[in-house]
Amino acid sequence: MNVVTQAPKPAFPFILLDASGQPSLIAQKCTACGATYADSERVACGRCGGRADVLETFLPATEGTLHSAVIVRRGFPGVDVPFISAVVDLDGGPTIKGTLRNTAGFEPDHAAPGQRVRVRFDDALGRKDKAGGSYIAHYFEPIPA
Amino acid sequence: MSDIYIVGIHMIDFGRHPNRTPGQLGAQAALEALDEADITIKDVQAVFSGSNYTTMIGQKILQQIGQTGVQIINLVNACSTGASAVRMAYTAIRAGEFDTVLCVGVEQMTGLGMLGGAVPGSIPTEGILGSATMPAVFGESGVEYAARTGATQADFAQVAVKNHYNATMNPKAFLRKETPLDMVLEAETIAWPLTKLMCSVNVDGAAAAVVMSEEQVKRRGLMDRAIRIRGSAMASAPWQERDPIMHDVNGPTRLAAQKAYAMAGVDPRDIDLVELHDCFASVELQHYENLSLCGEGEGVKLIRDGSTELTGSIPVNASGGLLSKGHPIAATGIANMYEIALHLRGQAGERQIRGAKIGMTHVVGLGTSAAVHILEKA
Ligand SMILES: [Zn+2]
Repeated sequence: MNVVTQAPKPAFPFILLDASGQPSLIAQKCTACGATYADSERVACGRCGGRADVLETFLPATEGTLHSAVIVRRGFPGVDVPFISAVVDLDGGPTIKGTLRNTAGFEPDHAAPGQRVRVRFDDALGRKDKAGGSYIAHYFEPIPA
Repeated sequence: MSDIYIVGIHMIDFGRHPNRTPGQLGAQAALEALDEADITIKDVQAVFSGSNYTTMIGQKILQQIGQTGVQIINLVNACSTGASAVRMAYTAIRAGEFDTVLCVGVEQMTGLGMLGGAVPGSIPTEGILGSATMPAVFGESGVEYAARTGATQADFAQVAVKNHYNATMNPKAFLRKETPLDMVLEAETIAWPLTKLMCSVNVDGAAAAVVMSEEQVKRRGLMDRAIRIRGSAMASAPWQERDPIMHDVNGPTRLAAQKAYAMAGVDPRDIDLVELHDCFASVELQHYENLSLCGEGEGVKLIRDGSTELTGSIPVNASGGLLSKGHPIAATGIANMYEIALHLRGQAGERQIRGAKIGMTHVVGLGTSAAVHILEKA
């Protein structure tokens, strides 16, 4: 039996895998108005309307501040709970959403806005597409004070 | 400029209607609204109808109550769908093309489960991209509000206590049971800080309104039941740095409210009661501020001092709100207007706000679309 091993793919358009499979975040910034977007292929700027030629790609910081989070205790069937759903303002932008992991627990304090977090990359919880391909996703982890 | 009026309005009992089709639910609401306006389907010149889960809902309704061949436009505008229908009737009559328009919002939602979820892609993203469930999305908005204002989970829970109490006096509400504070806080946590009793329920429902020009209202002698639409405004989300990663329900509500106040020529202090979009308990406090019912950061004070209770200075969600009525997405916008109409006509029974002259309705759907109407007894 032939086992076809495929290289993992990025789970989201704001994750970039280089030739060696090394992950980083990728984002777009409007050079006209400064707006940032967790995207890599925008058509135009949603803030000022500037066309694609004013949008430039940049590699955002992998540290940021937790803007808001909730502790999810009832999810869709097949999704393990609890987990912390988090909105993070990356230093210098943009804002991205993701799951906050490696917290000491699942109490409100562990999801408190204002805490510093960093972005880690990891396999997307073992989930695979129909072709058996695996994916690399981003996770937030607390930065110890 | 002559005014535009609601002359017939109705909501069916919200809840479980498994043996009725969406077309039948809409037909039931439409017929009641037509009867109240003392007209028949033959007098209706255009229909604006909406549903998020049933296509071509207006045609399905007219197949039940009379296929007159009139123009039907079906709307899908999330939780603002029903209010969008009234807004479109208002502008169409204002344009002078019609004088009698029927608006209907219908949803059959029993069994849909928790709403939200990420768009289908290569792999399911729930639990990786945080959570896209509605309780999580609105919970995150509530936590943001709490961080800014000092609101606590108990403040959010108090909204559910208030609205559930109001609903004990509303026979059309799905949930008619008082829920003391500890019961709300101890209910199953869905997405902290939101417990199950702080989330609105998916139900089946329909609501309808007949909107008419002033000339037609006078000609038919309907001024005794007429509700004047003094303000009618909608807005989408203005650019904001975190939207749509974090859906913004505040910005569009603020824009729509400002436009509606200006159009009506009234001040927030002139509003006697409000039916606003409490799809989750926390967001009611946000909307106190978004609708200028209080100053910035003062929403918490309004719930703590009882100002928005039935006996307070600005009662909010006398009907029991979405938290109690249930939230059949496209019907909610017109159902909110139905509640205001009851109070303005003095027909709200036990929960009647005495002497109510001007009321405000608000809905906001993720995506985002907000609608605000200011209604007055003619
Ligand atoms: Zn721009």
